[in-house]
Amino acid sequence: MSLPGPWLGGSPAAPLIPPISPHRHLLLGGQRGHVAALDWQTKSLLCEINVMETVTDITWLHTETMFAVAQRRWLYVYDNQGVELNCLKRFNGVLRMEFLPYHFLLATASETGFLQYLDISVGKEVATICTRGGRLGVMGQNPANAIVHLGHSNGTVTLWSPNVKEPLVRMLCHQGGVRAVAVDSSGTYMATSGLDRKLRVYDLRAYQPLQSLVLPVGAGHLSFSQRGLLAAACGDVVQLWGRGAGKGGTLILWDPYLSHTLPRAAHSLRFCPFEDVLGVGHGSGFTSLLVPGAGQANFDALENNPFRSQKQRQEWEVKALLEKIPSELITLDPGQLGRVDAITMEQKHQERVERLGFDPQAKPAFQPRRKLKGRSSAGSLLRRKKKVANEEQRTKIRKSLEQQQAPEREPKAAPRAQRPALDRFKK
Amino acid sequence: MAEEDLFQSDHPVSASEDEGDGNEERRHSQLLEAVSTLAGRKRRKLAERTEASLQVSEFNLSCEGAGEKLVLPELLGSIRASSSLGILKKQLNRVKQKKSVELPLSKEESERVVREAAYNKTSKAVAKWEQVVLQNRRAEQLVFPLKQEQMRVAPIEEVLTGWKTRTPLEQEIFSLLHKTQQPVTDPLLTPLEEASLRAMSLEEAQLRRAELQKARALQSYYEAKARREKKIKSKKYHRVLQKGRSRKALKDFEVLRKLDPEAALTKLEEMERSRIEERMSLKHQNKGKWARSRAIMAKYNLEARKAMQEQLARNKELTQKVPMEPEGEEEGNVAGEGLLPDSINEVQPSTDGANPWMLGKPSSEAKDSGMQEDPKDPRESVAPEDAGNEGEEVSEEEILLQDFEQRRCTRQQAGSPEPKGAGEAEEEHLFVELLSNVQTDPGVEQPAQGPEGPLLSEQLGRLCTPEDIDALGQEEGAEEQERPWPTGTLQESEEEGSAGGGHTAKKAPKQKMINLQAVLAGESHVIHCPAQPVSVQDEEEEAADQRLVIKEAFAGDDVIADFLREKRKVEQAGKPQAMDLVLPGWGEWGGTGLRPSTRKRKRFLIKPVPGPPRRDQHLPHVIISQQRNILAAAHQVNEVPFPFDRRQQFERSIRAPVGPTWNTQRAFQKLTALRILTQPGHIIQPISAEDASPQSTMPTRRGGAALAPTPQHSRHHQRPHKKAR
Repeated sequence: MSLPGPWLGGSPAAPLIPPISPHRHLLLGGQRGHVAALDWQTKSLLCEINVMETVTDITWLHTETMFAVAQRRWLYVYDNQGVELNCLKRFNGVLRMEFLPYHFLLATASETGFLQYLDISVGKEVATICTRGGRLGVMGQNPANAIVHLGHSNGTVTLWSPNVKEPLVRMLCHQGGVRAVAVDSSGTYMATSGLDRKLRVYDLRAYQPLQSLVLPVGAGHLSFSQRGLLAAACGDVVQLWGRGAGKGGTLILWDPYLSHTLPRAAHSLRFCPFEDVLGVGHGSGFTSLLVPGAGQANFDALENNPFRSQKQRQEWEVKALLEKIPSELITLDPGQLGRVDAITMEQKHQERVERLGFDPQAKPAFQPRRKLKGRSSAGSLLRRKKKVANEEQRTKIRKSLEQQQAPEREPKAAPRAQRPALDRFKK
Repeated sequence: MAEEDLFQSDHPVSASEDEGDGNEERRHSQLLEAVSTLAGRKRRKLAERTEASLQVSEFNLSCEGAGEKLVLPELLGSIRASSSLGILKKQLNRVKQKKSVELPLSKEESERVVREAAYNKTSKAVAKWEQVVLQNRRAEQLVFPLKQEQMRVAPIEEVLTGWKTRTPLEQEIFSLLHKTQQPVTDPLLTPLEEASLRAMSLEEAQLRRAELQKARALQSYYEAKARREKKIKSKKYHRVLQKGRSRKALKDFEVLRKLDPEAALTKLEEMERSRIEERMSLKHQNKGKWARSRAIMAKYNLEARKAMQEQLARNKELTQKVPMEPEGEEEGNVAGEGLLPDSINEVQPSTDGANPWMLGKPSSEAKDSGMQEDPKDPRESVAPEDAGNEGEEVSEEEILLQDFEQRRCTRQQAGSPEPKGAGEAEEEHLFVELLSNVQTDPGVEQPAQGPEGPLLSEQLGRLCTPEDIDALGQEEGAEEQERPWPTGTLQESEEEGSAGGGHTAKKAPKQKMINLQAVLAGESHVIHCPAQPVSVQDEEEEAADQRLVIKEAFAGDDVIADFLREKRKVEQAGKPQAMDLVLPGWGEWGGTGLRPSTRKRKRFLIKPVPGPPRRDQHLPHVIISQQRNILAAAHQVNEVPFPFDRRQQFERSIRAPVGPTWNTQRAFQKLTALRILTQPGHIIQPISAEDASPQSTMPTRRGGAALAPTPQHSRHHQRPHKKAR
């Protein structure tokens, strides 16, 4: 579907179908300032404006009633009628934006190297971080833990949360600069592409590279679908990889699953949630491509209902605001909140010991029982005490030895492939 | 002067003494007195006692009953007789009876007393609620209203007798019911049903029941017997049984033929049908698992051989045509033309046996040989043989028919007295032949190693080995890429790659360097996409040049070295610093250009405890921040809550999800049950005194009561200050 329209002469920079708003709504922004929002299934236009300024990025906010536009100087928020709601002058020179739906945070990356977080529910700037990473033209978010990934010109990808002023993780991914970053919906895989024309897939659990592909022209844009399909825009060609033959559906990329040639070079990519559609913005307009198997068919209507009515949307909005996750809870490991804070606990315990003058949790020292007939002589008491003390030490040593030896034992069994075929029947 | 004073003070006391004692004595005492006063201490002179008294006073005063109070009755006692004082006496008595009025308490004290009394009273009144409240607090779930009315099932008659038709619809229904004589008040039985009940008497019913019981018992005996017989494993027994049965059937048939030819004909058809079925089936054709195992053993074991032969004989017997009816001879010819003659299934011993398919199809042989060739599926081997049969039939039908007819005639002539024995012999011969075939047949592809050859080949014979597949793959797509698996082989393969790569960052630890090189310069899969960008297609042809160009472009900024440097810096910053307590000049010479000795430096350098290992110590291409997220830590639990002993226990319990996806339905309901349930449409009455009394038993599930007492009870709750005194 190519949309004819007045912006055809320009180049729509960012057709976006953000995951949280119902999939029916498409937002288009052209580099020359053309912004349009429409219901892409009925093709009815919501609004169409020209901001008379270069648009660098564009995104829906939590519902389809509001969207943010990063313009040349400042960040603007419009409603779906095209009325300007807000102009955020503290956010200047924004190049990329990511909306974190559960936290109501709009993360922006500027050309001066600042990463800023705006809480759109209260309009407060939550964090401003100087990344010292140069111009931040590459950004992605991990939907599983709301960590923002930034790509830098020195080939590193950095992971950020609004609570820490330094990158949580720095990964060297490419020998050249990083061109695109995408994280899949489970937060397990990260795909990066760089100026060295490579497309790499990393396992974010271990920060280990899984795969590396050399593309004819490096991929300029990457996007994961809900079902884990990876789309890459290499010049004017869009290539798609499916979830391959890896064990348990791990992402292994071989030759592409689909590829499509566009009339001009692609400017952005975005999968449509709950639909097998990939929207591509390119030099001469917007194209939607059918990609079988891309969208999640079994949606959870309580979580995100693509068929919700206006009333439901309003109710959802209230509920979502009530359930807004505070930005302090963004951590690299979401399971951290379920754990006891061991450091503070230890500290508290030490303070208590100091205050009381003794350790209330300490095990009482062994007191040998009094025995008759000269068995409670000083020497025998000492011997008994030593025996007990040694016993404890012995168990400790035994345990540590077991732990050391455990990994040594495992590799003794030959790998499966090397064993003779008939050995599998051995008992 | 002192003397005189003393003297004078003594004087009134001693006035009476003067008469009794002499003057000298007094003088003596005076003297003594004077002397004693001279000593400087004034002594009081004790008065002399002149009369006997109980009390000895210091002051020399004495009176009887001294120290006792004057009591009124004692005074009154003396006025006993005189009546004029009677009134006074009465009055005095009255006074005596009246106690003295106590002092009124102060205001605070009186208030305190009142409060204390009130407190005691109220606490007693409130104490009776204690049990209920406690119970309610402990209850896992409270269902309001607490007093639930017991649902009573009223008998329908009771309901109906009290029924009155009110609406027109009800009236209509009732009129209908009356019309059809349906019971209205006693709904148990309609008149019709009652009539049917009356139809059968008790005796009859009992008789019938006894009959049924007997029949059932008989049936069960019979079933038990049949089951027992079925379980008998003796083959001989079954054979005898079978034989007897068949004999009986034959006899019956003979009888039937005489009596009722038509029935006999149908019987005949039945037999024919069974024969057809047998021919269709492979039941007795030495085809089954058992038969095959027997075939292997047959060479060595006589019994096995015998068993096989027996089976074949049985097949033959079953497939033998039923002797023709005398009157159906013409029909037999006709039938012979239509159906296949029997001899098709029979063996031709004279044939050379090179190709059993081309023969008249001796089933066992053909199948055995077929089994060797293709042990997989007997079905396949059966199908072509049938087809072959048919083909033959169609082509040289007449000739073959003649042939078969002839052979049959000769066989009948030769071995009619005991056809079975002949058949057995034939089979045996055939079997031996088969075995020899197995051993010597050069036509069979596999190297035959005795009779267990086919079985072994079935287990281990592979249609194609992995090598074959590989070879195939190479033939088909020689240019197909070798696909690197990133997990296991990554390191080794990439070490080689790094050797060629030639990056120079020797400052880093050696192993790390290798790894990092591996990570970045590792072999990549070059994809071949069907569509290539137009602008780059020609560039792609000189891919090597392109790579060189890129290398040159990024030769200046050595990304890897930069990263390693940064990582080292971060690592150094994170390490705890050693404390240097070395002071120059102590115990040795100091001054410019002199450094403390190494021994001293070693002694006074306090090494820090090494911190926990970095999370990225094995990841050369990653720097993980060790900084603690304080903001998130504020939301974390920082002590182990009560019932748990260890941190891990608590974490485990927290981690266990509550949702229905991870729990059974019942567990989920239990976990998420509301503490207070209110039933809609019910008035929740405040708890009353009867509920609180210990006699009333609490309902088990409810647990509890409203914590807000009634207004009248709440009056008691104005508790006085507990410390009131």
